[in-house]
Amino acid sequence: MDASVKEKSSHDDHSHHEEAFIWKYVFSIDHKVIGIQYGVTALLFLFFGFTLMMLMRWQLAYPGEAIPVISGLFSETTMPDGIMLPEFYNSLGAMHGTIMVFLAVVPLVVGAFGNYLVPLQVGAIDMAFPKLNMASYWVYFVGGIVMLVGFWMPGGAANSGWTSYPPLSNIATTGQTVWLLGMVFLITSSLLGSMNIIVTIVQLRAEGLTWMKLPFFTWAQLVTSFLLLLAFPPLEAAGVLQLMDRLTGSSFFMPSGLVVSGEVLDIAGGGSPLLWQHLFWFLAHPEVYVLILPALGIIAEVIANNTRKPLWGYKSMVYATIFLGFISFTVWAHHMFLTGMGTAINAFFQTTTMIISIPSVIILTALMISLWGGSIRFNSAMLFACAFLPMFGIGGLTGLPLGLTASDIHLHDTYYVIGHFHYVVAPGTIFAIFAGIYYWYPKVTGRAMNEMLGKIHFWLSLIFINGIFFPMFIQGLAGVSRRLYDGGASYAHAQDYLYLNEFMSISAWLLALAQIPFIINFFISWKSGQKAGDNHWDATTLEWSATTSPPLGHGNFEVVPTVYRGPYEYSVPGKDKDFTPQNEA
Amino acid sequence: MNIPFTTNPRPDTGVYNAKLGIWLFLASEVMLFGALFSSYILIRVGAPEVGENAWPLGSDILSVPVAFTNTMVLITSSITMVMAWASLAMKKFDKYKMFMGITIALGLTFLVIKGFEYNSKFEHHLFPSTSNFMAIYFTITGLHVLHVIGGLIVNFYLWIPGAKMWESDPERFTNRIEVAGLYWHFVDLVWIFLFPVLYLL
Repeated sequence: MDASVKEKSSHDDHSHHEEAFIWKYVFSIDHKVIGIQYGVTALLFLFFGFTLMMLMRWQLAYPGEAIPVISGLFSETTMPDGIMLPEFYNSLGAMHGTIMVFLAVVPLVVGAFGNYLVPLQVGAIDMAFPKLNMASYWVYFVGGIVMLVGFWMPGGAANSGWTSYPPLSNIATTGQTVWLLGMVFLITSSLLGSMNIIVTIVQLRAEGLTWMKLPFFTWAQLVTSFLLLLAFPPLEAAGVLQLMDRLTGSSFFMPSGLVVSGEVLDIAGGGSPLLWQHLFWFLAHPEVYVLILPALGIIAEVIANNTRKPLWGYKSMVYATIFLGFISFTVWAHHMFLTGMGTAINAFFQTTTMIISIPSVIILTALMISLWGGSIRFNSAMLFACAFLPMFGIGGLTGLPLGLTASDIHLHDTYYVIGHFHYVVAPGTIFAIFAGIYYWYPKVTGRAMNEMLGKIHFWLSLIFINGIFFPMFIQGLAGVSRRLYDGGASYAHAQDYLYLNEFMSISAWLLALAQIPFIINFFISWKSGQKAGDNHWDATTLEWSATTSPPLGHGNFEVVPTVYRGPYEYSVPGKDKDFTPQNEA
Repeated sequence: MNIPFTTNPRPDTGVYNAKLGIWLFLASEVMLFGALFSSYILIRVGAPEVGENAWPLGSDILSVPVAFTNTMVLITSSITMVMAWASLAMKKFDKYKMFMGITIALGLTFLVIKGFEYNSKFEHHLFPSTSNFMAIYFTITGLHVLHVIGGLIVNFYLWIPGAKMWESDPERFTNRIEVAGLYWHFVDLVWIFLFPVLYLL
């Protein structure tokens, strides 16, 4: 009956057709369409967040000089005569962090990749709650719009850093209130999304798909969703308390006797600025693993497929991921060593921080050993995956001195910190996102991306991204603070390292140019890329072996698959082909 | 093709989809209220022992009899909620209508009493800006009130417009009442923590 109805509607008049378009592509409840919506929106935010940073990099490289060419685009309150005001610089910094974390990277790795791939990998016809899934996207979309509206508020967008530390954020301009409202939307969205992913994985696994047969990507999504589910609410609580402080004049985060602009504030007082930091980092440290776990999941799929051999230590990777999920709730205060919590608390969080490095190292080591002895196919996806390993390695290892209280005293709040977490997230997670896009593009569109453009994109990105972030370690070790509006020009101890600012800025702008081959490739290949088969990469997991490219519009599979074997049965001795799909009896 | 296990439990996990979903949602809610109660503890521990900013005794400012009445109202509504679900399980739709109606009425009663309580605080010029005790009182009870309102909207939907499902898919409708009930009990449970913490301690 369904088919006949569909046929009839396609012959119907124009107005009917438009309505169908809305339900099919705008308010769709199909997880694949929602995944693409998430992906496209988040890629736009990624680009926007990067643009904010490119503006800041002008100010850091040439402090106080007018920005050329585009200066006319900005108002008098942000960049009079093209010269950036300090308040605007602060807004750019706060919004760069917020947009990149909450509107770009998490929606990409969980919203886009998770939504599109998890149901396919577990052999489900859709998410468990398709309507909640649609709601999750649209709440995210509204949250994004609210965040952007901040730029038009009096005093500009939020300007107290992406961490919004009070008391500064409590007395900041209206943009901060808008930021808090935006966060409430984004938290709601991630709550709906993470619930959905967990229920889908637990309840809708295909017949025979036992826990240890799940692809590692799906495991990573499962643990990530638990982190989102349980770590975000405390930030929501913190957001509610800060909204109360800002709107009703309460003093949750306002200490007694606070002096602003030479006057004692007329408030009840008795609040604790540290309380915000605890609540914020209780979210924001698990959030780091929300950023990295799905990336590790993507890399595991790409590496297993392109080395044509099983992942080395699949089980230990799974157990490490679960362990990491639990312990990530116990390390948050290592962001707060310098707040005077006391040595006993510092020692506790230093210990847990050292412990949490163990599962990360297990996963990374397993991925590296997986390369051993493989006949590796160096396509664009695999190049990004190979680069991910050392880049994430640098990001992780440079975190150790920050996790030790003694060395953190010197490094805290310097460019070293910026270098550290950008190595984890930029050439780490974002490279994994690129690997994932090149790898699954044929599944989503039915056409492969151009390999030549992909390789140009990879090599240029690899060079320039290191050009941005590596010098930050040098500056940071010299003690250059991360929050200087002039990049350190007015600080004596930074003088010897100022020459690096221009180098980093030029690298950032060149990195933007290096994305042009990707953008061209992304759009051109959609319509005229090389046609891809259903299983373009000869892969074993269900999204490749059990359905077409792109998968069927409604229901994903012609026949719901049954699973007989593990996720990475590549090059099984005695088989005539070098991959044995999970649904092959 | 239909999504499996929307009504019947999956054999190896023992739950249907929405039941797992609501438990996950409640886990997240525990973290939300847990964070607020933790904030309460942290701010109270940091308050001075004596003087203007010393932490007050809840019962000196708030009305314990009113809150006790509200506690009884909510607990009763939790009982009638279970009765509503049990009626459906016994295929007695009329009884379901009655018990769900009582549940909604009790929820509204709670809101009205709470409204009078807020109003008397405002009349005595007690606002969130007055002290941190008043601030945390208004924040936690306010968020709880929002949860009660949300629960009432869901319950009302299941009482009148959504009850048509009883004709088409009685088992799934019964499940919906169970899920809404789990949420309602949670809202009740939050109040049971909230009452001693804010009013008695």
